[in-house]
Amino acid sequence: MLSGIYGLLSASLFVVLDAVDVAFTEAAVGAGISTILMLTTLAITGRYELSRPSIRTRIGLLLVLVIGVLLIYGTLGMPYFGMPENPANGHVAAYYLENTEQQIGIPNYVTAVLASYRGFDTFGELVVVFTAGVAVLALLPHSRDGFVVDDMQPMKHHLILRITSKLLLPFILLFALYVQFHGDFGPGGGFQAGVIFAAAIILYSMLYGLENAMQVISFPVIRFCAALGVLLYGSVGIVSMLKGGNFLDYSVLLETPVAGQHLGILLIEFGVGLTVAAVMVCVFFTFTGSVVSPAKSARVVAARDGEKTQGAP
Amino acid sequence: MNFETQWLQTFFGLYNYWIVVALMMCGLFIVITDGNLIKKVVGLTIFQTSVFILYISMAKVTGATAPIQIEQGTAVYSNPLPHVLILTAIVVSISTTAVALALIVRIKRAYHTVEEDVIQRWDVKKRRSEKRSKPFHE
Amino acid sequence: MSSAQLPILQVIVPLLAAPLCLLINHKLLNWLFTLLVSGFSFVVAALMLWQVSDTGPLSYHLGGWMPPYGIEIRVDQLNAFVALLITAISTLVITSAHTSLENKKDIAPGKHTYFYVAYLLCFAGLLGILVTGDAFNLFVFLEISSLSSYVLIALGRDRRALWASFQYLVMGTIGATFILIGIGLLYMKTGTLNIADLAERLPEMADTRTIFVAFCFFIVGVCLKLALFPLHMWLPNAYAYAPTVVTAFLAASSTKVALYVVVRFVFVVFGVDFSFTTIPLQAVFVTLGTLGVLVASLVAINQQNIKRMLAYSSIAQIGYMVLGLSFGSITGLMASLLHLFNHALMKGALFLTLGAVFYRIGGVSLKHFQGIGRHMPFTLAAFVIGGVSIIGMPLTVGFVSKWYLLQAAIAQGWYLVSVIILVGSLLSVIYIWKVVDAAYFKPALVNQAQLKEAPLSLLIPVWVLVLANLYFGMDTRLTVTLTDQVATQLMHIEVLP
Repeated sequence: MLSGIYGLLSASLFVVLDAVDVAFTEAAVGAGISTILMLTTLAITGRYELSRPSIRTRIGLLLVLVIGVLLIYGTLGMPYFGMPENPANGHVAAYYLENTEQQIGIPNYVTAVLASYRGFDTFGELVVVFTAGVAVLALLPHSRDGFVVDDMQPMKHHLILRITSKLLLPFILLFALYVQFHGDFGPGGGFQAGVIFAAAIILYSMLYGLENAMQVISFPVIRFCAALGVLLYGSVGIVSMLKGGNFLDYSVLLETPVAGQHLGILLIEFGVGLTVAAVMVCVFFTFTGSVVSPAKSARVVAARDGEKTQGAP
Repeated sequence: MNFETQWLQTFFGLYNYWIVVALMMCGLFIVITDGNLIKKVVGLTIFQTSVFILYISMAKVTGATAPIQIEQGTAVYSNPLPHVLILTAIVVSISTTAVALALIVRIKRAYHTVEEDVIQRWDVKKRRSEKRSKPFHE
Repeated sequence: MSSAQLPILQVIVPLLAAPLCLLINHKLLNWLFTLLVSGFSFVVAALMLWQVSDTGPLSYHLGGWMPPYGIEIRVDQLNAFVALLITAISTLVITSAHTSLENKKDIAPGKHTYFYVAYLLCFAGLLGILVTGDAFNLFVFLEISSLSSYVLIALGRDRRALWASFQYLVMGTIGATFILIGIGLLYMKTGTLNIADLAERLPEMADTRTIFVAFCFFIVGVCLKLALFPLHMWLPNAYAYAPTVVTAFLAASSTKVALYVVVRFVFVVFGVDFSFTTIPLQAVFVTLGTLGVLVASLVAINQQNIKRMLAYSSIAQIGYMVLGLSFGSITGLMASLLHLFNHALMKGALFLTLGAVFYRIGGVSLKHFQGIGRHMPFTLAAFVIGGVSIIGMPLTVGFVSKWYLLQAAIAQGWYLVSVIILVGSLLSVIYIWKVVDAAYFKPALVNQAQLKEAPLSLLIPVWVLVLANLYFGMDTRLTVTLTDQVATQLMHIEVLP
């Protein structure tokens, strides 16, 4: 709960500091996904904790204080906050502000830098997300065999919740699409859209149970989508190489550079959205799939073992 | 300029960064000292968020607007580059968190605890018993 | 595609191979595919090194944007050299992976696909760190390689692998965040992220406090990844409980890449002048290097698990490399780079040997090694040669780098340091001898009549590495000329205005 508030607070701080895109992402991630993950993990691990010997605390305190003093010392040489003539705002950043309109032709500077000038970073970022998906799949059970799905519908009795959410779902999906394709003009883009899309599916599975949600989107589909998003992004780069440009040079994709940039950005943002949504859903499924009451899991395991011994001869 | 106004200027010029440092220290302190693995991850998240604020702070230009082009007239925009970097960093951070929590779930299953001290005690015990026992059971 | 596209192929081929591998999802095909990709990367790296030696640094502009506005891939002799080393080791490791992973004690059945995907990601991440010419891009690739190596370690069967992976994750993330702070502060003062551009703009403002702090954070962050003593806590457990193939790969590559980053930033971005006069880096590196050599070697002697023993030995070897950097002289830098190369060869060989032993016996503690010398002659002979190389006997690669290290220490007039280098070698004699003694002179614990030599698919990569150990130990022309050129270049950069 507190972590959700923390996420929301830092998102608001980012809005105050003019970083709307970052705020959007932080709201989706900090207040949304990471809170859900934390709560699920807490549900699995329990919440008791031990007290620790104070010697460690003292060492930790000392270490942190040393680092803090070092940082404060470093701030004394920093340019003051908010000054337009700061070196960070000149040089490269000034180039982006001056040339985006003419070279890329979209009003959102953040998207322009993200998807084109520093497109390779974003590709790397997408691969990081993909890696996280692979990590979760490798670590937590998810095949039919080890996966214990709750057959109960968790929200059966909350009629109002069910109906309002059912009404909300299409709008959430629509909003995700809007964010996906409107990233060139306003805040938003593939990552945020992917998270929102995943949120819709998560809401669905909360209402109708994991079993039903997984019938709509199963693990092979998730894996396929996650891989496909990365491949889509990469193949845009490869195509631009085949057309005689460098990797991720969208200008060569169509006749005019600006049109090529538009197409390239659209495609890679779609790739980002696809992988992010797939990985987020996958993370949620595996985590909630791991939450089972001990009695129930024992029963399921017993049943499975019974099946095996029957099938063995 | 006398000493006091200079000091005040420094304060108003840098207070943002000092808040960042305070937040950073909180996060790092939790990571280092807390024995509960989940709290460690929370500390890690706080530590990372503080770095995000550091970047976003340096991008702010007083009186400027968000870096999305406005149709009419010229405006002063905040610096878009750190925003892009932090977008990437946020994604990296959530990915790390997800992997960390998945590991915690597995650790809970393997050790039946998520306390660092207990786990370490187990491991030391295991290593000692390995030293004594024979490798082959036949 | 023309050869101008080589630098990007080095990174994106393994990077895009990873999702393809997830789609293929077949044990044998995945292995063949990974082997193919790894071999291809090796060829690319070799071509690049050849081209760079011929025509000077290659610069590739991603997205067609001029640096510093876009991201640049920049390859010079230094990173082409390390890339060649890593792709070669990776190809050999992957050759043995298929057989090695058959062993159910090494990796859980059904996790093979994830192993190959994570392996390719880790491989691509490391190559990305090597070739990129952009500081923030370096951070992104660092995270790709780190996240995937957490997975690789956690695939180990022992439950302690999970804990080791978590410890590594926490330390690694703190390190990465420190690096991020360092990059942020650099950007704040210079307004650029491009490494070459940074190197150009930093001298103007080298005296400010912010740059000082940026340097501290960046180097501490990388040293966490490098496992420099005393920031090495994550390494022994991670190496001991990861699957053996993973240990062989990580030991031979990931710390090497971290050392490359240290070299790149200390000598190129900040410059020798700043690193060694404004900052007491020399004192810090000498102290930590020597302490690392002594403490880690002593701890290694006391280990029962040979994987753990070699892990501590790795920490000691990292001490040698950092010691070489600390001299701030061409010979020192050369010694450090040579040791980077040589250590990858010897640790690769040793850990792969352990993999072969593990495949047959199912454990790698000293007790498992008792009396197996007669049953697995080729495997154990490989271990002995690798061990001799660690000790630094003449005719092996270990000798070459230690020789240059001693020369550098004596040229500097640091006799105490040269004594410590020798003491470190003596300590390594002890722990290597413990293994040899167990394998050849102790009676077998149980009847091992059915014990056979390891299969060929495991022996071939081991022996390729062992022969490389001997070859580069005798014929030093190639490595010494190359590292000499690189070191001269690096030290020369500071002389330029």
